[in-house]
Amino acid sequence: MESIKDKVAIVGMGCSKFGERWDASTEDLLVESCYEAFEDAGIESTDIQAAWLGTLNQMSGQILAQAIKTEYIPITRVENWCATATDAMMNACYAVAAGVYDLVLVAGVEKLKDSGVGHLTRASAQPSSEIMPHVPPPAQFAMAANRYFHDYKLSYEEGKRILAMISVKNHHNGSMNPKAQFQREITTEQAVEAPLIAYPLGLYDCCSVGDGSAAAIITTPEKAKSFRDDYILVKGFGLAVGGRQGTLRDYYDFTHFDETVYASRMAYTAAGIKNPLEEIDLAVVHDCFSITELIIYEDMGWSSRGRAKEDVESGFYALEGGLPVNTDGGLKCFGHPVGASGLRMIYEIYKQLQDKAGPRQVRNPDIGLTHNLGGRPGSFSCAVSIWGRRG
Amino acid sequence: MAGIVSYGAYIPRCRLGKETAGWGLPVEKSVANFDEDSITMAVAAGIDCVTGLERSAVDALLFATTTSPYIEKQGAAVVAAAIDLRRNIIANDNTNSLRAGTLALRSAIDAVDAGTANQVVVTAADCRMAAPHSEFDRNFGDGAASLLIGNTKVIANIVDSYSVSDDILDIWRVAGDSFVRTWEDRFILETGYLKVLTEAVSQLMQKCNLNPKDIAKAAFYGPNPRRHAEISRKLGFNPQTQVQDPLFGKMGNTGTAHALMLLIAALEEAKPGDKILLASYGDGADAYLLEVTSEIEKFTPRRGIKRHLESKQVLLDNANYLRWHGLMGQVGQGIDGDPPSVSARWREREEIDRLHGTKCKTCGLIQYPSQRVCTKCHTKDNWETVRLSDKKGKIFTFSLDYITSSLDMPLAITIIDFEGGGRGLFLMTDLELSEVHCEAPVEMSFRKMHSSGGVHNYFWKAIPPRV
Repeated sequence: MESIKDKVAIVGMGCSKFGERWDASTEDLLVESCYEAFEDAGIESTDIQAAWLGTLNQMSGQILAQAIKTEYIPITRVENWCATATDAMMNACYAVAAGVYDLVLVAGVEKLKDSGVGHLTRASAQPSSEIMPHVPPPAQFAMAANRYFHDYKLSYEEGKRILAMISVKNHHNGSMNPKAQFQREITTEQAVEAPLIAYPLGLYDCCSVGDGSAAAIITTPEKAKSFRDDYILVKGFGLAVGGRQGTLRDYYDFTHFDETVYASRMAYTAAGIKNPLEEIDLAVVHDCFSITELIIYEDMGWSSRGRAKEDVESGFYALEGGLPVNTDGGLKCFGHPVGASGLRMIYEIYKQLQDKAGPRQVRNPDIGLTHNLGGRPGSFSCAVSIWGRRG
Repeated sequence: MAGIVSYGAYIPRCRLGKETAGWGLPVEKSVANFDEDSITMAVAAGIDCVTGLERSAVDALLFATTTSPYIEKQGAAVVAAAIDLRRNIIANDNTNSLRAGTLALRSAIDAVDAGTANQVVVTAADCRMAAPHSEFDRNFGDGAASLLIGNTKVIANIVDSYSVSDDILDIWRVAGDSFVRTWEDRFILETGYLKVLTEAVSQLMQKCNLNPKDIAKAAFYGPNPRRHAEISRKLGFNPQTQVQDPLFGKMGNTGTAHALMLLIAALEEAKPGDKILLASYGDGADAYLLEVTSEIEKFTPRRGIKRHLESKQVLLDNANYLRWHGLMGQVGQGIDGDPPSVSARWREREEIDRLHGTKCKTCGLIQYPSQRVCTKCHTKDNWETVRLSDKKGKIFTFSLDYITSSLDMPLAITIIDFEGGGRGLFLMTDLELSEVHCEAPVEMSFRKMHSSGGVHNYFWKAIPPRV
């Protein structure tokens, strides 16, 4: 089998303002992100041959056609929990790499703020016995935090402080990002003292619920040169879909997520990366909760098991550190419009690889990685993508 | 001759007592938690009764109550499934009378004597509501009793009985009533309780040629402590030595379960040869004479009454109790709306009611919920059923959710590892926060998760070990 490496290029991207967009409908958000992408690529909507749309709450791709007024082109709507947008990108790339299309739009969107409640509500679900307790996402990940503290002998205070440092880092990065929902610094004390959402996670350990959209224009590497000089190339994808192994196996430890381990190794292999710590220059990962980011450091093979706290304390993952993570502010500052997040992450990598990240710019990045994780400890869909500057 | 083979009981952990703000009476009464009702309490008492015994040997299950959650739908079918009894049994509800418990006992005895059943489990449970701060509020309690009736290894023979049927509106409810209705106090007690219970007991004593001094313990229903003491004296029993404490001030009048719970309290202290008098009242009266056998010395102790009484948690605020029962306008998790999918729930009934998981016969892994294809070795359709409801467990990990539930705050969510294997995600209830941590011990309890669209959705929750 062949690798996807260097077979697809991104020549334009757009990203809406994320947050409580009372003023914007799903269509408005798509217009915002897609038209920024068209302008960035120097194309019109009529140039698009096919599209992939990532979204949880909308059925079919018709909403995209309606928003940007494509005329009867193929549009595939993709859903894979929080891995949705990356999965959409992956599938669109396969179509380009297969030579079926050479100008494709990938868009992701989610409008969550019309539900009337502050927390994430379930999308209209299959009728069920409703016997399984509805466990909201903060409580799901809190279960990983409690077991992590227990297994690695972190006191409540120590554990809270490490988690807080991750949120502080992300807020620092987000404060420099005009597209983010939250653009202010916070302190470790504020995070530690914040009201509890699901013990031990407090308000600042949890990403918010918000609206947003992001989009990309992809093509073949050969055609890419005619669009711009600073296009970026795909290096690899990984997608690992769990089958509730962690839920059903009574020997699962709740302190790591296998899906991230598998997806990251798939992506590293596709990209030919042997030493991720050396070869990856920045990463944007799925910090739905602070504990998630902590565990991701270990699952990705960056920090040793149980020792991520040392790397947090040393600032290894900070903007100026050895491997900057969530340079754009992460889910913490952007919120998590589920279908859009994966593409918002790729947007940051794209801008960073083009040296366009302004005050957040990482020095001379060559390879950037995104990571998306959807589900809960016990069963996830995890998607990883790796991108690089053109050679 | 039919007799009692085993017994069990259940008293909820929660109490209203003098420390309860907004209630503050100098007595305690037991109150069902927001996720308990007559069905869940009957299950707990029934399990206490059959623990360690062969459940597949039970031929009938009777559920006696005046507070069934359903009107047209059997509670007994739910209770039988949760206790994990066979499918081909007689399950029947006895309702509408404070005497339903002892009437169910009558049916059980008759079935065993007639040979239509070898073993019958009788359960009786009530959680009657009284108008706040009324005299009834002071005296009513919630609880359940269970008896296993059979004819081998009998610990107490049922020697004789006398029943009176009496049509009187002394204390009653009609459909839709939250609280009991009564006629004038002196009428209902003198023409009802005192007169009719006395009639049944004295007729039985006469029939059996007995004097009060022949009775080791008299266990009988009472509406309140004063009238209970009055009838004891009237019947000639010594309240200090011969009368089973009716548990006012600690538990309260538990409706149709009351007389049977007092009988169980008496059996817990009984010796071989003791004659026990059991009497209950409601639309008439039943009086039973029992004689304890030497089997009682070999009988494995149950949680019964004593140990449940000792294990308690006094509510700090009466407002919580009122909210549980919708008396302060707040409805719990599961705002009344669409029901869950009844067909989906029916399909999952074994894993829901009986907490059955599957054990893969190829690799031995126990999985919950049931899986056709084993998660570990991928073998398809090679498994056996495992009952998890009677296993001890411990918390592998947990969280406390502070935002989504207003009735149960914080909501304790746990991953429970079962002794012997298997694991599941369960809510936890009846807890102090200090009892929720990694490695904490738990046991499983059948509870009502929520009600919506007229469907009462029952499932298992984890609780700190009760005794």
